[in-house]
Amino acid sequence: MAEQINTHTYKPNLEIFSETLQRLALTDRNIVAVTSDSRGSGKLVPFGKKFPEQMVEVGIAEQNLVGVAAGLASCGKKVFAVSPACFLTARALEQIKNDVAYSDNRVNIIGISAGVSYGALGSTHHSLHDYAALRAINNIMVVAPADNFETEQAIELAAKADQPVYLRFGKKPMPPLKEINNDGFAFGKGRVILEGSDVAIIATGETVYPALQAAGKLKQQGITATVISMHTIKPLDTALLRSVAEKCKAVITVEEHSVYGGLGEACASYLLQNRITKPFRIIGIPDEYTITGSQQNIFDHYGINEKGIAEVALSLLK
Amino acid sequence: MTTKELKERSIIYRKKILQYIMKANAGHTGGSLSCTDILNVLYNEVLNVSPQNFSSNDRDRYIQSKGHCVEALFVVLADKGFFPEEDLNTLCQYKSHYIGHPTKKVKGVEQNTGALGHGLPIAVGTALAAKMDKKSFRVFTLMGDGELPEGSNWEAALSAAHYKLDNLCAIIDKNSLQITAATADVMNTDPLDQKFRSFGWAVKEINGNDVDALKDAFAGLPFEKGKPSVIIAHTVKGKGVSFMENQLKWHHGVPDKNQYETAQNELDKALSEI
Ligand SMILES: [Mg+2]
Repeated sequence: MAEQINTHTYKPNLEIFSETLQRLALTDRNIVAVTSDSRGSGKLVPFGKKFPEQMVEVGIAEQNLVGVAAGLASCGKKVFAVSPACFLTARALEQIKNDVAYSDNRVNIIGISAGVSYGALGSTHHSLHDYAALRAINNIMVVAPADNFETEQAIELAAKADQPVYLRFGKKPMPPLKEINNDGFAFGKGRVILEGSDVAIIATGETVYPALQAAGKLKQQGITATVISMHTIKPLDTALLRSVAEKCKAVITVEEHSVYGGLGEACASYLLQNRITKPFRIIGIPDEYTITGSQQNIFDHYGINEKGIAEVALSLLK
Repeated sequence: MTTKELKERSIIYRKKILQYIMKANAGHTGGSLSCTDILNVLYNEVLNVSPQNFSSNDRDRYIQSKGHCVEALFVVLADKGFFPEEDLNTLCQYKSHYIGHPTKKVKGVEQNTGALGHGLPIAVGTALAAKMDKKSFRVFTLMGDGELPEGSNWEAALSAAHYKLDNLCAIIDKNSLQITAATADVMNTDPLDQKFRSFGWAVKEINGNDVDALKDAFAGLPFEKGKPSVIIAHTVKGKGVSFMENQLKWHHGVPDKNQYETAQNELDKALSEI
């Protein structure tokens, strides 16, 4: 259970983002962070202190944030445009579509406190549409790292990516998915966290950990699960998806996003169009007025937890 | 160029704008004709940009925020040798790179524009990069008066002044019309000079169809050290063709054969009278 995690020993992915960016900036003066009064929530206060010349503040103005980031990137800056995911991918969606993706200005769009990280602050502060919106835009990768390792790797790769990247993460301390990360990390390549043959659980971002917990619970009942961290939602690792779907008897996807248009529908679309039909379920936030509560409350309410995911697996395998 | 040469060039550009709009059977005629003199003076007198230096980081940047007036831009870029002019015969045709808005697939174009209110924020970022890298290139953006109600422009206007971007110049093609009606009736943005001044910009108002006035204005940049500059260029929509001037229907009207011939004859006559 999430409650058992010792949060003091793990860091939020957000913090790893900030540390990685500082490390990169030490040797690369072209690294630039652009913020919209979001340096505090983006854990970028130390970055701003150490690299004041590499930080641009635009005030609370997300459209300008992304436009300015695009202009900086067009001059060779390695830009990280940082703002809460909810505002960045809704209010500035046209700037992401045109100024970044269409104009191919290689900005890294960093959506912080993503999904339902803001919990009880409500729907204005939730981003449950971002995968769907950005998946439909050409020339931008959509990435949700699950743990500190994936976050660090993703930031390093984003700094040298030859395509715009959207990266989103939350602010909750995240335990590592693996004790030793010896499998590498690349955009568009999902990570196999656990291997099993009964059910494939394909999760992304901060829902991979509860997926892994669910696999542990299923194991006690003699059911083995493959758990995938599908950190890159676009381009989707269809080779991995195919192989685990063919191997397992059922497929479940899990995401901190609307059940519409995200990882689940991306997987469903691929599987159905490739005639791979297995019992299948998308776990995410349903299309309704989201329940009030903390991120964990909301996860629990919609079954994005050990118990909920395990129950879905059992029902699909019946 | 001499004033006479610049004036001739403007008329030649207008003739070509009409020619390619006619060929494509589409285009933003009125706005392309209103900003022709601005583009003429920019590309022939002001901008340090050429096909040869286009990949250099030190080139001046021109970002056309009023992307729909791409015909004027394409005609000028062709004249400057960025691509063969005959390419424009494919304007808006199936599989052509020459679409109805600026695209980087066409050499000489800095940014893909078309959605309004995008040029100024990108120009601000570009001018900031120049300041960061202590480079002396300048950044220009051409905006329509009809796009000014887009809030992103004012977000960008704040930031340009905040960062003292005196390497940035916005030009407003104030032809006072937009697709629906007179700009003052659709959404009044006057007094524009006061708005920009209060946002921390240095302002100059000129006749934007007068090549000498344009030349003088650009020569005075930055209008004030430590401030972004804006040129409010009062222009005539449809400029140069009597029956198109100040007529709403020519916003994206395409002439018929008779109208086209009348327009070209008028422009030829004006050319001979310079
Ligand atoms: Mg107008």
